[in-house]
Amino acid sequence: MKSSFFCLCLILPLSVLAQEDLLKELEQSSEPPTEYVRQTFKSTRLVNSQTVESKGKGELEFIFAHRFGLINDGLYELFGLDQAFVRIGLEYGLNDRWGVGFGRNSVDKTMDIYTRYKILRQSTGQRNMPVTVSAFVNTAIRTSPRNQDLVEPLNFEDRVSYTAQLLIARKFTNNLSLQLMPVLVHKNTVDRVLENNDQLALGVGGRYKITRSVALTSEYYYRFDVPDENPYYDAFGVGVDIETGGHVFQLVLSNTRGLTERAVITETSGDLGNGDLHFGFNVTRTFQLKKQK
Amino acid sequence: MKKIILWVGLGLLIGSTATAQKYISDTGSITFFSDASIEDIKATNSKVTSLLNIASGDWVFSVPMTEFKFDKKLMEEHFNEKYVESEKYPKATFSGKLIGFSPEATGKQQVRAVGKLNIHGVSKEIDVPGTIQLTDLKLAADARFVIKLEEYNIERPKILWKNIAEEVEVTVTFTYKPYEK
Repeated sequence: MKSSFFCLCLILPLSVLAQEDLLKELEQSSEPPTEYVRQTFKSTRLVNSQTVESKGKGELEFIFAHRFGLINDGLYELFGLDQAFVRIGLEYGLNDRWGVGFGRNSVDKTMDIYTRYKILRQSTGQRNMPVTVSAFVNTAIRTSPRNQDLVEPLNFEDRVSYTAQLLIARKFTNNLSLQLMPVLVHKNTVDRVLENNDQLALGVGGRYKITRSVALTSEYYYRFDVPDENPYYDAFGVGVDIETGGHVFQLVLSNTRGLTERAVITETSGDLGNGDLHFGFNVTRTFQLKKQK
Repeated sequence: MKKIILWVGLGLLIGSTATAQKYISDTGSITFFSDASIEDIKATNSKVTSLLNIASGDWVFSVPMTEFKFDKKLMEEHFNEKYVESEKYPKATFSGKLIGFSPEATGKQQVRAVGKLNIHGVSKEIDVPGTIQLTDLKLAADARFVIKLEEYNIERPKILWKNIAEEVEVTVTFTYKPYEK
């Protein structure tokens, strides 16, 4: 009987070993597929900026954003809450890489339309790609002030601005993602003493996840070649992303009140040295209009 | 008695190496279904691979976690990013044995799969019933069982707990062909 027990002892671990070998054999029987990185950012917005993320095919995102007045206006203005600048927008995923959207911002009553295309996707495996790169372009039309309120009416072209931006991001770890954001904003009509028609800027930003549903975000834009008389400041913002199912809530502090590229990058009025910060939020809700298959 | 067991044991050992006959499946599918009070969630993965040694009954399968397809893209993202953490644990695996399987029998056979299921980095011994059918050069296997998310350290979110059930029903289907190296 002893020897049969001995025999069983021999066979049992051997059979487990055989299974482990079989599993190894299975893993080796196929090439590792290309794994694309997911969720470099939780949302299509970082703080005020765009991110590399586009919506999936058939997904519609509703974005509702607020920037309040200046916190340092004090109690009389309820720390800025008495004023609110709003942007309402929609973005739709034509496919998993290409999205289109539009919105309206109450700052200068601006309408914007845009498109975003994911050119490269960060991946490992058969295809190795260190970064995700998206291109973003928009056209914005400021409809305020109205011509009937002006002594010298504006032509339509005078109200138009364009943005071309490259978003280059890398998810370094599950928690840390960083993004570089070179951008060119072109305004058809400016006061040349104060501004250039073309404003080039480089933005840097990132997010750090502190739990699986909460992340801290931050971004900053450095503007190149700014005229001496320019009254605006470089845009800066920090935020907290909170994700709950189909919603992402982003609470932000920023020295800009604008929510379109023109307003954020070239017309930020808050002086950080003076403590000029606006509280605000972005709320997004994603709807799946078409089942993905 | 001693001798018989010894010989049977040796026979098994030699049998499993000498006449080993392996079957492979690289288009297996796993579907899971979560039936919660707010929404039913269903996802299918058709990139599951499996090897079955019909001589020894050793059976393994491997599930690339990122290949689960959901109706909603966002669910897919959250599944990978927040629940099964597929960057950390890219694969779920099973390694074990089919009990009650006879390579000679024809028709559908009732079998049990006994072994280790590894999901989200956690290994659990499972013992689930299933059926298997061997015809000509093909072998079809399927099984249906329930897993508890908690047992594999998959946390359900506190806010969305009504959307995600505690237990999910898993259906596994494979079609095999002979495997030659």
